[in-house]
Amino acid sequence: MPRFNARITVTLKDGVLDPQGKAIEGSLAALGHVGVNSVRQGKIFEVKLDATSKTEATKNLEAMCNDLLANTVIEDFTVEIVA
Amino acid sequence: MKSTVVIFPGSNRDRDMITALTRISGVAPQAVWHTETELPKSDLVVIPGGFSYGDYLRAGAIAARSPIMDAIARAASTGVPVIGICNGFQILTEAGLLPGALMRNANLNFVCREVKLKVVNANTRFSNRYTSGEVIRCPVAHHDGNYFADENTLEQLEGNNRVVFRYAENTNPNGSILNIAGIINNAGNVLGMMPHPENLIEEAHGGLDGRGLFESALEIAA
Repeated sequence: MPRFNARITVTLKDGVLDPQGKAIEGSLAALGHVGVNSVRQGKIFEVKLDATSKTEATKNLEAMCNDLLANTVIEDFTVEIVA
Repeated sequence: MKSTVVIFPGSNRDRDMITALTRISGVAPQAVWHTETELPKSDLVVIPGGFSYGDYLRAGAIAARSPIMDAIARAASTGVPVIGICNGFQILTEAGLLPGALMRNANLNFVCREVKLKVVNANTRFSNRYTSGEVIRCPVAHHDGNYFADENTLEQLEGNNRVVFRYAENTNPNGSILNIAGIINNAGNVLGMMPHPENLIEEAHGGLDGRGLFESALEIAA
């Protein structure tokens, strides 16, 4: 079965307050980085998986996001097959 | 009344809870490890506070997928009362037994202090020893207690009187939306709350304000 390398990105939904992102934004400003309008913090999961096809791999990864990796009450996710 | 306390790797308020239930009911609760797939016969199930699985991924996320949780969901669906305190509340939301999510405290600080709670709804099986509108003292200790839900969910919670406790007198410690500290499910038999009533149940604690919750849930004669 082919092996795929995937990257899953989980981010807070628009409109959900991200206090950690705000703190990072404040710290960047304090370090003198100008022009930063907004910082949102998220998570990346690098997953290696076996699947019969790229389509099946994507489907399985989306199921993993819905089951565990993302809390869809507050988070969105994107799945990307990188290799 | 037979009560059960469920323990996960990283639970740390389980002994406080066992002590509180024992002191108040006179009977020691059954302790159940998270790998069990069946609950012993229980009239009350409590998921205590702590840091199950070190809060890895999200607070309560991994515990919510433990084998025991299917048994808890089955028991809840047949009307068995379930209480989740602190990490227990986080686990119940992650398991979908209560709506919404508990996010990182808005001020980013771990908060360990006493707050004031308004008993918003005293007509629940968990709060009937209080009176609606009463303000009680209660300790909190958490990093992820910032309750969030979408507008539809909040409307349902408010419209059906499912907010049981609200932070009062400007003591909201975590930025929780609408000052929500504790909610029940639609059927009224699952309660989740961030504060720790089990830590204010005897004179040595400095107060008895938390006792009413357990006396309600355990149906202790007044």
